[in-house]
Amino acid sequence: MGLEKPLPQGDEDKSPYLVEKADKNPNKAVSQKPDKQPKPKKKRQKWNMKRNWQLHALVFPAVVVALIFQYAPMGGLVMAFQDYKPWLGFFNSPWVGLDHFRTMFAYDDARQVIWNTLVISVLKIIFQVLVPLVFALLLNEVYKMTFKRTVQTIIYLPHFLSWVILGGILMDMLSPDGGLVNQVIGLIGIDPIFFLGDNTWFRPTVIISDIWKETGFNTIVFLAAVTAVNPTLYEAAIMDGANRWKQTLFVTIPSMLPIIIVVATLSLGNILNAGFDQIFNLYNPLVYETGDIIDTYVYRVGLINGDFSYGTAVGLFKSLISFVLVVLGYRLAYKYADYRIF
Amino acid sequence: MRHNTKAYKIFTIFNYTFLLLAAVLCLLPLVHILAVSLSGSAAAAANAVTFFPVDFTLDAYEKTVGNENFIRSLMISVVRVILGTAVSMSLLLCAAYSLSKSDSEFKGRKIYTWFFVFTMLFNGGLVPTYIIVTQLNLTDTMWALVLPTAINAFNLILLLNFFRTSVPKSLEEAAFIDGANHFQIFLRIYLPISVPAIATISLFTMVFHWNSWFDGLIYMTDARNYPLSTFLQTVIVQQDFSKMALNAEILRNLSQRTVQAAQIFIAAVPMLIVYPFIQRYFVKGIVLGAEKE
Repeated sequence: MGLEKPLPQGDEDKSPYLVEKADKNPNKAVSQKPDKQPKPKKKRQKWNMKRNWQLHALVFPAVVVALIFQYAPMGGLVMAFQDYKPWLGFFNSPWVGLDHFRTMFAYDDARQVIWNTLVISVLKIIFQVLVPLVFALLLNEVYKMTFKRTVQTIIYLPHFLSWVILGGILMDMLSPDGGLVNQVIGLIGIDPIFFLGDNTWFRPTVIISDIWKETGFNTIVFLAAVTAVNPTLYEAAIMDGANRWKQTLFVTIPSMLPIIIVVATLSLGNILNAGFDQIFNLYNPLVYETGDIIDTYVYRVGLINGDFSYGTAVGLFKSLISFVLVVLGYRLAYKYADYRIF
Repeated sequence: MRHNTKAYKIFTIFNYTFLLLAAVLCLLPLVHILAVSLSGSAAAAANAVTFFPVDFTLDAYEKTVGNENFIRSLMISVVRVILGTAVSMSLLLCAAYSLSKSDSEFKGRKIYTWFFVFTMLFNGGLVPTYIIVTQLNLTDTMWALVLPTAINAFNLILLLNFFRTSVPKSLEEAAFIDGANHFQIFLRIYLPISVPAIATISLFTMVFHWNSWFDGLIYMTDARNYPLSTFLQTVIVQQDFSKMALNAEILRNLSQRTVQAAQIFIAAVPMLIVYPFIQRYFVKGIVLGAEKE
């Protein structure tokens, strides 16, 4: 991190207090000597000790808010092992052990929901690495800067619109009675398709609309990596007689591999996140069979049906697996691409 | 770099065409919605509108703006964006200042950092969070929309990384020697130097708050407290008017296709206006986040 530490004894396991005490006596003994080096350091150390409360005070408000709104709900996860009743609270509701988890694995609909989640999210992850990668490589071949920037800006735009807006637009455009898309495919003689109400079409619609929304965002990450490729590598490749395609294959893509690995491994943590906002704004009971995911299921059983404990249990199942995968993802990203977030 | 082979020239033509098509495809849905919102309701209902308004009229926009529910929700969203960003940024900036110190300067820094990072890795999930917020009697208040999402660990890390890399240590030490305390150094040195980072992350937060709809849906029991995104979600996506207590005429208006399109477009407008200006900040933010140390 290349920070110059103001303290001479930067050892983390020694408290500055102890260090200071040890320093005191020898310093006093030689106080006559014009030994200027240790003095200001010692002063600053004292100063740090005195002012440390200020640093604590500055983090304090954020800690309180996080304790209430992030950590208290984690404590609330005990509900998953209780038969929680709002009027009894966390402390008096009866304990039921792992009953809710057993119910979950016994229910066909819960198993279906987990399967749907996996299918949708894995497909999304694959496409969200491949499509942006292709876009980044293609944009890299554009030498007209205004064109490049305009395309980039436009494909990045849908990322900023919420799924409520995009959902509204999609419902209008995909409507089976005369939505724009059905009009277009009607021109080539295909009967209207109920994209959002048909179990064969719902998943493809979700994947494609996700590509539409998020490609631009991921492209930017890859594009930064493409432009960072060392130009001398290309020069060497040209000397060896490689054409542009060969250069892409043997220079660009290998150079981008670290960032591709980072994006891929970090998306591991999302394997149980199939995209609540999107699904919730596109689905309906007709497509629960293929489109209902863990998060929408938790919302319906937990908050709509008021089965708080069961909803929490399903949510906890998801959080635990996601936790393991997120940690694994970071570890892999660190190991194979030397990536750290802080 | 020049690639003058014939194959590469052909590729270039295809490449430009393909990228142009992709960009157009990204925009067409918005153009279509805009065209519908500006068309006569009969033409829209008959699916006669593609990318240009038919029987041009501003009727749908008049109905939307004349609907007090829509305007009220819009105001709530504006307040939410301002308050939510202010609260979140103040909390995060203060915390980021302390956490940007080195371990020896700030004992306990590691513990605090992990305390926040852990919230990125694990969370209580929907139902327990909902229970806590309702138990605190925050339902139907602005705080239910502002506080639960105020601590965003990712933004916190971006800020503290920025503090670390961009604030010259010497400046800070000079101020210490002149007798400044941490609060003064934070306010007078760190904040002014970090304006670009603060702007970037504030924009992230504002976009987040403008687009958030789900918390409004679960924490507001009265539809009059819905922020705009939640209002649109119920009216356009769920087509659920039951909580709205509307008279028959407004109800008929709201379910009209042109009016729905107008509402969608109005909700998208703030993003469309600020987007070209803020886009580069976001690019910076992403790259900032992907930066290796």
